[in-house]
Amino acid sequence: MSPNVNLSELSAADKDRLVQSGIDLTMTNRCGSYLQMDQDIVHSECTSEGIEVLPYKKAFEKYSWMKEYEWKVVAEDKDEITKYVAAQKDPKGYVIIAHKGSSNIVPIQACLYLGREQIQHVHNIIIAEEGAELHIISGCTSGTHVGKGGAHYGVSEFYVKKNAKISFTMIHNWSENIEVFPRSASVVEENGVFLSNYVCMQPVKMVQMYPTATLKGDNSVARFSSIVIATAESHMDLGSRAILEGKGASAELITRAITKGGTIISRGHINGKTAGTRGHLECKGLILQDGRIYAIPEIEGSVVGTELSHEAAVGKLAKDEIEYLMSRGLDEDEATATIIRGFLDVKINGLPDALQHQIDASIDVAERSGF
Amino acid sequence: MLHIEDLHVNVGDKEVLHDINLHIGEGETHVLLGPNGSGKTTLLMTIMGFSSYTITEGMILFKGEDVTRMRAHERAERGIGILFQRPPTISGLKLGKLLTAISRKKNEDIPALAASVHMDRFMDRDINKGFSGGEIKRSEVLQLMIQNPDFIMLDEPESGVDLENISLMGTAIGSLLEKEKRMSKRQKSGLVITHTGYILDYIETDRGHVMCDGMIRCHGNPREILKDIKQRGYKECLECRQT
Repeated sequence: MSPNVNLSELSAADKDRLVQSGIDLTMTNRCGSYLQMDQDIVHSECTSEGIEVLPYKKAFEKYSWMKEYEWKVVAEDKDEITKYVAAQKDPKGYVIIAHKGSSNIVPIQACLYLGREQIQHVHNIIIAEEGAELHIISGCTSGTHVGKGGAHYGVSEFYVKKNAKISFTMIHNWSENIEVFPRSASVVEENGVFLSNYVCMQPVKMVQMYPTATLKGDNSVARFSSIVIATAESHMDLGSRAILEGKGASAELITRAITKGGTIISRGHINGKTAGTRGHLECKGLILQDGRIYAIPEIEGSVVGTELSHEAAVGKLAKDEIEYLMSRGLDEDEATATIIRGFLDVKINGLPDALQHQIDASIDVAERSGF
Repeated sequence: MLHIEDLHVNVGDKEVLHDINLHIGEGETHVLLGPNGSGKTTLLMTIMGFSSYTITEGMILFKGEDVTRMRAHERAERGIGILFQRPPTISGLKLGKLLTAISRKKNEDIPALAASVHMDRFMDRDINKGFSGGEIKRSEVLQLMIQNPDFIMLDEPESGVDLENISLMGTAIGSLLEKEKRMSKRQKSGLVITHTGYILDYIETDRGHVMCDGMIRCHGNPREILKDIKQRGYKECLECRQT
């Protein structure tokens, strides 16, 4: 396919899967789009002033300085996933640049669709220049016809400059036979804000990721939020890490995990290296059916004046809460779903309403099917 | 409205309510008095249908229908409601969302009802999380206003509530029980547990019962019973056999 196929020309089945991953095909609530199906870049555009959405190679042709951002926060030789991506002669993925002072409250959408290929690989670079504000929703999904299984290798490097802000909301909607290996890292400068949100309500064979934010600048902020459900055959090994280097830097790592028979390993690490830094890690897990939730929160402080905390809890639905709602007329299923919905309800500070609604909507879909 | 006959209730292996008989007619509000641990809350929870309370003998009729084996939501659908003394905190569940779930297809004006009990600013708060005693009770009354049951059980509606809020609670509960209507026109019934009796200054009650050791020991005029207990305590009630 050639670039910039009209999004409305996609097949009905493909469209459905994309919409479920948070992709707005009408573009009403989006200011830009990048769509990659297997290794074909189908669509890449942005209408917001000062913000560019470019295919990887094109960005490097256009700007010689792109080299300064390639493999700088994610190490090329980190593991076999990064090595595989680095070895590609024809690298794919997107580059999003929010130039100095630009802003988009209406998000850009990036969609990675796995159709026929065995392995889809992408390398993304996202840059918010000084004072810029950039909001991205990334929907990742696979075709209903991927029978033989497949894998997605995604490297993402984020650069949040002075006084800039990036929010990155990733909604996964894979299927039981897909393995996903995101490798991402960010560096945040003075007063910069990086928000990373991950939602996965649908089955997936395996997800493994451990994104890291290095808060280099003074008063920089990172917030990671993960909301996940592991169905019977799903194996999710999720983590997030914040390294607090700048004076007054702060981080918050929040996870809500539900297992319906699958495995969730919820890792987290905050490293306070400078005085005046703060970090909090919170993981709440709910076991609805026998499976496994393994929370491994780590906090590490090495100087006087860093304040770090964590709380982790794994449990079941409380009978008294269910019956409380039943005494108000809700039947047991409704009461259970209402409580689970509440458990998953994480309001993300600093996230535009459109994106919060998108997160809520993908949880609502799961609620309608009774979780 | 509510008719209880020879009711025995177990919690676990232990019988905690023995041979309870109680009849509450349409439009009547009764008060249930008794010392701590006498089984008052257990009786309310049993009438509501909570699963930890097992009925081993006897039956509960509601509007002539046997509800003894029904689950809590089936009883709620038939018009039984309860104001909890200590409702659970539910993390993440917003009061506003719960009210919407309770109201379903009914056309209640939730914001107006919330404002009437000063709970309009609590719609986005996790239910009962960090609520003061008075806020918990106002949230409970608000839920009942939307649920609109025909028979309302009130478990210590004044506990933890300051004086100003007692009057607000009294007015709201009075309106739930249609106290503004003439007695013959009233269709709502109630059963109130009170320790202090303060709430009886705001809600007229028709009949009183005293519970001790899981048994109802006596019945009578609520004000007289309360006066008696204030003067002599529950000591004599414990010595008294069921009438």
